[in-house]
Amino acid sequence: MPPVTWYLYVSAALFCIGLFGMMTRRNAIALLMSIELMLNAANINLVAFSGYLTEHTLVGQVFALFVITIAAAEAAVGLAIVINVYRTVQHINADEINIMKW
Amino acid sequence: MTLHQIAFAAVAAVTLISAVFVVILPNILRAALFLVFTFLGVAGLYVLLNAEFLAAMQVLIYIGAITVLIMFGIVLTQQLMGARIRQATQVRMVVIALPVVLIAFAGLAKTFIRPFASAGEHVAAAPAPVDAGTLHQLARMLLQPYVLPFELASLILLAALVGAIVIAKEEKD
Amino acid sequence: MPEILVFLLIKLILVIVIFALWMTMVPLLIWLERKVIADIQVRLGPNRVGPFGLLQPIADAIKLIMKEDITPALVDKWVYGLAPAMLMVPAFLAIAVIPIGGVVTIGERSFALQIMGLYRGPGLFVPELDAGILLVLALSSLGVYGVVLSGWSSANKYSLLGGMRSSAQMLSYELPLGVALVGPLLLAGTLRLNGVVEAQADYGIWFIVPQLVAFAIFLMSGTAEINRSPFDLPEAEQELIGGYHTEYSSFRFAMFFMAEYVNMVTISAVAATFFLGGYRLFFNDIVWLQPVWFVLKLMAFLYLFIWVRGTLPRVRYDQLMKLGWKVFLPVALGNLLVTGLVIAFSPANTILVMSIVGALLGIATFFGLSYAIVYGLRRRRPESERRVVEPTRAGVSE
Repeated sequence: MPPVTWYLYVSAALFCIGLFGMMTRRNAIALLMSIELMLNAANINLVAFSGYLTEHTLVGQVFALFVITIAAAEAAVGLAIVINVYRTVQHINADEINIMKW
Repeated sequence: MTLHQIAFAAVAAVTLISAVFVVILPNILRAALFLVFTFLGVAGLYVLLNAEFLAAMQVLIYIGAITVLIMFGIVLTQQLMGARIRQATQVRMVVIALPVVLIAFAGLAKTFIRPFASAGEHVAAAPAPVDAGTLHQLARMLLQPYVLPFELASLILLAALVGAIVIAKEEKD
Repeated sequence: MPEILVFLLIKLILVIVIFALWMTMVPLLIWLERKVIADIQVRLGPNRVGPFGLLQPIADAIKLIMKEDITPALVDKWVYGLAPAMLMVPAFLAIAVIPIGGVVTIGERSFALQIMGLYRGPGLFVPELDAGILLVLALSSLGVYGVVLSGWSSANKYSLLGGMRSSAQMLSYELPLGVALVGPLLLAGTLRLNGVVEAQADYGIWFIVPQLVAFAIFLMSGTAEINRSPFDLPEAEQELIGGYHTEYSSFRFAMFFMAEYVNMVTISAVAATFFLGGYRLFFNDIVWLQPVWFVLKLMAFLYLFIWVRGTLPRVRYDQLMKLGWKVFLPVALGNLLVTGLVIAFSPANTILVMSIVGALLGIATFFGLSYAIVYGLRRRRPESERRVVEPTRAGVSE
């Protein structure tokens, strides 16, 4: 059985990869994908602790379920916004969308 | 190394390598494809942690719904026929981002993960074994102590559904 | 011999037997489909190769594999090669949780006739996968990728349109498909497929009666989910040539073809398990004969799919979307609500009350749906929603 720290390292690495994507990507959809990576990293932590804590209560799994729900809502709204922006300015480069009204 | 540890190493490697491809590939549709493999890897980690239900949910929601939506978004917002959907990565940002990310990882490892390597009183050496009632236990938790967040989550989903439709709807001229 | 080896050996035999069962169903199904469709259209159908043309599917398969495997110049080669596999692998994996028979006991060991089923031997106990039906649903949602990616990577307008249509369709119909299954699951009180079958045997009634509405929704959504006629828009020949697999040839095309039929068998298997009592008959029968009952029920559903294909015209795309979101999903949710209410308020004789309510509800839904389909969906689109498509240069060959 791997110790809990292995899972934590994987989670931290996944989070940092997501962070890297957030900083370097310009495409709004790629940014969304990076956010999903970071949310998944958080979920791995929650489930790992839920499994390894000596008072085993599944709280972590319940919270991970909530995170997945929020992620689904976030993806739906985020993509709707991206499509709306694309319709308005014909591109989705996040750093060029700097006008606040049209 | 035990069988379990080898499985962990393989799944973790798949997850992390695909995740790296997600953030560096210039072709964004291929990046989305690697996102699928990353999510599959995370589902594998859940299985190794004895959380089968969560693994199924991960595949069902993240892969079956969210990533398909993302691919939809990609195909709808790029020129439909470009087999080479490229997108610019900011090269000068890479120079800044790489050290920042490495420092962040080192910081996380030092302050957050290290303590758990030695702390023995709360953290077990192995994940709790599966008991057949995990699913029932999860359901009971969702509907008894966590019923308020559960209902709120459904409200959020409804709000997101309506919001997404309103935002994405084409305005008629 | 250590127990773990016996376990692995038994599982290996199970895998081979069940896989072989599915693999014999596929050519048989192709032959049956051509024969039945021919019969409906007053033709003879295949009758040259072998008796009654029985060897025709094998001849076709050999012909397909011998053909040249063409990769068009502009395709994204990497994704293009991966896409058929991404369609076929989930289709085959879903077989693992379908029970084709009950628990067999040989000496001191007993095991279920199901790949991911229960195993009990001296010193080793492996329970059935707890979330069996979730695995089937998750794998069926994975199938979307093969379609989207093949459509996109082909660098062909028709393929792309077919892929986009199909992904939207499969996403939309996954919801009523999943929600329709929750009704039987509530009655059975478990997510294990074996448990669902045993619950039906215990109640002494197949879930098709108390869950008539769920059955109808499941069957129709399932037809849409596996892209069968009348919901076969992704590959509507008259509009899109071949849809997402237009550019594929030879063995890769055979993979698409096979995945489609494997999915069809799997959906039928799930329907038989959830609504027709799976491998059980009403009386307590011999366990070794149970796969036969299962296959018979399976064949009934397969025949139904073929019959529907030979009878109904294809629906329009906006009708398809309307039907999924505005009719099937609300009806499935309503059925779930009623099932939940019955279970909550009459825990003593749930199944009796549910059977009466379910049958009445089924009849009401039938007339309601018929009304909705005849008067609602067949109405012409209002003027504001209609679009005039200008003929473009791209459509003209030069």
